[in-house]
This record gives sequence, C-alpha cells and structure tokens, in this order.
Amino acid sequence: MKQLRIFVVKEFYHVFRDNKTLLMLFGLPIAQIILFGFALSNEIKNSKIVICDYANDHISHHLIDKISASTYFDVDRILKSNLEIDDAFKEGDVKMAIVFPSNFAHDYWHTKEATVQIIADASDPNTATTLNAYINAIVNDYQNSQLPVGTQTIKIIPETRMLYNPELKGATNFVPGVMALVLLLVCVLMTSVSIVKEKEKGTMEILLVSPMNPFTVIIAKAIPYFVLSLINLTVILLMSVFLLDMPLNGSLLLLYLESSILILCALSLGLLISNVTDSQQAAMLISLMGMLVPTMMLTGFMFPLENMPAPLQWVANIVPSKWYYIIVKSIMIKGLGIQAIWKETLILIGMTLFLLFISLKKFKIRLA
Amino acid sequence: MRTLRFLLAKEFKQIFRNKTLLPMIFVMPLIQLLILPLAADFEVKNIYLTVVDNDRSSFSQDLVSKITASGYFVLTDYNNSYPKAFGQIESNQADLILEIPTNFESNLVRERNQKLYISANAINGVKAGLGTSYLNSIIRDYNSRLMDKVGTVQMLSPPSQIKTTASFWYNPYLNYKVFMVPAILVFLVTMVGAYMCGLNIVKEKEVGTIEQINVSPIKKHQYILGKLIPFWIIGIVVFSLGFFIISWLVYGISPIGNLFLLYSYLAIFLVALLGFGLLISTYSETQQQAMSIAFFFMMIFLLMSGLFTPLDSMPTWAKYIAQANPVTYFIEVMRMVVLKGSGLINLKFHFLIMIGFAALFNSWAIFNYSKTS
Repeated sequence: MKQLRIFVVKEFYHVFRDNKTLLMLFGLPIAQIILFGFALSNEIKNSKIVICDYANDHISHHLIDKISASTYFDVDRILKSNLEIDDAFKEGDVKMAIVFPSNFAHDYWHTKEATVQIIADASDPNTATTLNAYINAIVNDYQNSQLPVGTQTIKIIPETRMLYNPELKGATNFVPGVMALVLLLVCVLMTSVSIVKEKEKGTMEILLVSPMNPFTVIIAKAIPYFVLSLINLTVILLMSVFLLDMPLNGSLLLLYLESSILILCALSLGLLISNVTDSQQAAMLISLMGMLVPTMMLTGFMFPLENMPAPLQWVANIVPSKWYYIIVKSIMIKGLGIQAIWKETLILIGMTLFLLFISLKKFKIRLA
Repeated sequence: MRTLRFLLAKEFKQIFRNKTLLPMIFVMPLIQLLILPLAADFEVKNIYLTVVDNDRSSFSQDLVSKITASGYFVLTDYNNSYPKAFGQIESNQADLILEIPTNFESNLVRERNQKLYISANAINGVKAGLGTSYLNSIIRDYNSRLMDKVGTVQMLSPPSQIKTTASFWYNPYLNYKVFMVPAILVFLVTMVGAYMCGLNIVKEKEVGTIEQINVSPIKKHQYILGKLIPFWIIGIVVFSLGFFIISWLVYGISPIGNLFLLYSYLAIFLVALLGFGLLISTYSETQQQAMSIAFFFMMIFLLMSGLFTPLDSMPTWAKYIAQANPVTYFIEVMRMVVLKGSGLINLKFHFLIMIGFAALFNSWAIFNYSKTS
C-alpha cells in the first residue's frame, strides 16, 4: 500500500511539473467549452448575398428592404448584371444571389404571377437550402400581407414548444459531447504515452525487476489520470452551469459514477495502446490521429448518428463516447435516473472489462 | 548543398525504416477520408414523430396521413396519452410530439381556427428547428387544402402570387459529401504534417542525438531545411493520394479549377504548417510536451476552421481567431478551387496571407532554435 502511494505521488509530480502538459490537460477543456458555448453554432445567419434588381420597382424594393432587415442576410452589394454572379461566388464570401426580373411589378399586377430567381452557391448545400427556405418565408409573408382586408381564411395554428432547450442553444447539444471527447481522448493519450515513455527510456525495465508487483506500477500510472479527469469533469460542469447556463437536472452522484466508468474505459484503452506500441510517437499517433476525428464525428454531437449509413452506425456502437454522450444528456438535461440508462451503462461497463482483460493479458511482465 | 543532401538521406532512412509510423502516415488518413464523409451529413431525415390524437376525426386522421406521406417523418406511435408520448421522448424513441386537441374538427368547421400543439426534443436545436419547420409547412399546405374542402368566402379575384425559383450552382444535387471531402482531406494533411514534424526534432532532443548535430559544422538553416523537406514531400504525397484516389475516384469529385493553382497553394500551406510544427518543437523539451501543445492547437484549428460550422454565424471575436488560423484559408481555397473553379485573381488575398504565415512561423522557429543549450 505504501509502495503504491509513493508511486502515485511520483506520477503526480510528472504531470504537475510539466506546464505544457497541463496546458493540454486543463486548458483544452476550458477552451473547448468557451468555443462551443459562445463561438460555434450550426445556425446560419449573417450570410452575404448579392441582389440583381432588373425590376427596380416598389415591390422589389419592398422585398429587398425586408431581406436586408433580416438577421439571416447581409446584403453585400447590388449587382448591375447577372453575369457578375459567377464572379461574386468565386470570390468566396457570397452565398446567394437574388434576381428580380424586369417587369416584376407589372407581372405581379397583370399576369397575377411574378417570379423571383434565387441562385445559391450550393457548394455548401446546407447553407444553400436553409437560405432558400428563409427567402421563401419572407416572400410568403409579403404575399399574405397583400391579401385584401377581411378575407376569411380557415386556419390551423400550430403552437410549438421546444422541450429541454427553449432557446435552441447549441451548447445543450455540444457540452455533453465535449465532456465525452475530452475525458476519452485525454485519458487514452496520457496513459498510453506515460507508460510507453518508461518503455522507451528504459526505466520500465527497472520497474519490472524491482520487488514491486508489475500491476501496482500500472495502477499507480492510472490513478493520477483518473483523479485529474474527475477534476477536469468538475471544471467542465462548473463552467457549463455558471457560464453557459446549462441545466443540471439529474443526480450529480450518478453523473460522476457514469463518468468514472468512461474514464476507466479510456484508461484501459490507453493501457492497451501502450502494450501494442513501443515508441511514444506511435502511441501518440494512434491515440490522436487514429481517435480524434472518428470520436468527434461518431459520438453523435456533431452530426446526427441516425442519418449515417448503417455500417457506420455499427462502427459508432464501438465508440465508448457515443454511449456516454447518451447518458450525460439523459442525466444532465432530461433529469432521468438510472432506470432510463441502465442499458448504456452496462454497455460501457462491458467495454471497460473487455479492454481491461485484453490489455492485462497482453501486458508483458518479462523483459524482451 | 552536400550537407543538406546527407541530412535528407538520414531523415528519409529514419522515416522509412519505422514500420509503425509508415502506415500511420499513409494509410490512416486515407481510411479516415474514405469513411468519415459518410458520417458528415447535416440533412435531417427520418424524424421520429409520435401523434397524440384526442379527436380521432376524419380531419385529424387526414392530417396525420398527410404528414407521414411527406417522407420526412416516421410515425412511431399513434395514441391518445401525452404522458406516454413524453416517455418516448425521454427514451429517445421520438423526436417530436404532435398533439391534436379534442373537438379539433368541429372547432375548425365552426370557428375557422384551431390550435395544434407541437413539442420537440430540442437538445439538438438544429434538428428540432428543422423538424418543426417541416411540420409547419405541411400544416400550412393542409390549411390551403382545407379552404377548398370546407369552402370559404369567395374572393372577387384570385390573389397575385410571387413564385420563387431556386437554382443550386456548383452542386445541383445538394450532395453534402462534395462539400466535406476536400475539407476533411485538408485537415488530415494538417494533422500528419504538424504532428510528425513537431515530434521529430523533439525526439532528437529527448534521445540526445541533437547534441551530435549541434557540435557538427551543420548550419542552423541546413538542419531546419533537412527536417522540413521530407515532411513537405510526405505532405504532398498524402494529399495527392487522398485527392486523386479517394476524392476523385471514390467520391467522384472532379476539380473544376486549376490543379496547378491548388498545388501551389498546398506547397505554401505545407511550408507554413511545418514551420508551425518546428516552432512547437523548439518550445518543447520532451515529446509529451510537443504533443500536448500540438494537440491543443490542432483542436482549436479544427473547431475554428469552418470545417464543421459556418464562419459567418460566429461572433466577431471568434472570427478573429478563425482569421488567425492557417487551416481556415486552405479549407476555403480547397472548396473554392475544387468546387467553384476560382482563379488566382479571386485567391490573391489567400495567397498573400499564407505566404505571411509561412514566413512568420519559419523565421520564428529558426530564431528560436539555438544550437547551444
């Protein structure tokens, strides 16, 4: 027991005496919460558009006023000819062009039908379709306001309630994702590197020939990162509650328990990586290059998992952060208890045991 | 010149003799580029809808069948208890609840307007917003059909209409992969370049071989060039493999713009990126430190590059960060040249700023690397 304590202290020194490692350990989660909370959103607004007004009459002016008043659009300039549209798009910033043909008002009053041409830069299809829908809504509004007074209409009026997140903030979706990402990646990375480092420097051999049980060495490596991750989790939670006004509806104890399972899972994965590699470079490349982008995309907080093709959804099932993400959302935001998430919890525990079993089996206590 | 040749030979031998690193550098980015674009799909389809129908009239059933026929919604349940429907939201079986109140039909006929209640699981705000707006537009359509059905006061003349026609340039089928593949390729090349280069010099420091270099007649710039050139070549090879094999052959994205222009930009970008890697390595003593710093910046570069979220919707302070991020520019150039065929005239600002980055990072790195410790 005393041996273990001494070793844990040694590992803590390793971490705390290296301020560049601390930058990643604690700076990264803080930076991510701030960026996701305040800078990043999937919302599309302030999109630059150009307008080509051949009509130049009161209806087109009225519509242009409405469009420039909307927060979704930012009218960059008025073009003289639609031949300039291609150039405007090629410069990159302009997302859409609106063309009012000549005789617009004339058509509107006499043939009862006028056409607005929308040309979208669809290299970003998401922006193109969303902006198109916004323009249509503005045009529709205008049309309805022109109906003769007293026209009797029949109407179903939908009343919408946004559950859990009435302001449709992006953070509600992102914060649980950041928690999953940070806990998983940082733990995997730090454990794998710190064990491989001892191998690379040759100090592992000294530890293995010492009277200490080899497994004590491993446990001593894991404990500091476990503790640091819990501190990290606390920092993230404090920031998201006090800075981002995120709800914390469920049981805090349960949240910490579930997080501990994810951390253990990450530590086992780190251990496994350290067993199959023998240089720090390889360990880092596997845990960063190999895991960063897939974890980011397959956890489900960037892109909805249910949209993905079936094989990719199967792959997502082996990403531990996917399950943790569901758990955190259920506890923090929906305020549910263990009965709602026991399945996800069991899957995480199963993954942890599996990874731990393989890595302990592969762990060599003999020198090469 | 001869010194540089020897240094290059040494670097290439070191890289190609490392059997764990090679697949990491060449195979893993390609596999990720093959798979990940399939995951990047913002289009919201298959929205799970549960209907609480307290009316059970011909109108309400008609409306529900109209909604399910639209193709956006999957009806998971059709019952008349709100708590049960809410339970489905809690357990993620449903995304939206549509609640039809009692006397829906009779109120609609008598009083000519009637409310409907929609509740959405808004944890994912984008999905909730899109789902309810689809639902609203179906209800709007249904409204106008009802006018014909129930009969309304005849208007003297039909109202004028403004129609919109939309044409989607550069990507008429609105294929999201066309947008994502080039950008993901940029990011993978960035990761390979920055990590490999950043770790490489530090490794020499940690292992101690850098001392031997320091006491040799090798000049500072020769040593730095000797480190830069191999990774520069590797970066170009990885990019080309991803660009021609995965992007062009597999995803069918044939570049519209000038390839020479694209490669010139890649060449400058790589110099800037590798300079950044060198800079990291001059500031770190151990590989672990270098990796920590690189990971920190990589994450910021990734999030602030416009790869996943639009730059336009960022607040002003965040836009400044995005503008100080070299990856932002390369992603923009890639999308502009490959998808839209932009030319040098459109890109001169991008070129200038990347040359600036390259000069800044490299001179800072050379300045900061000292042969004496």
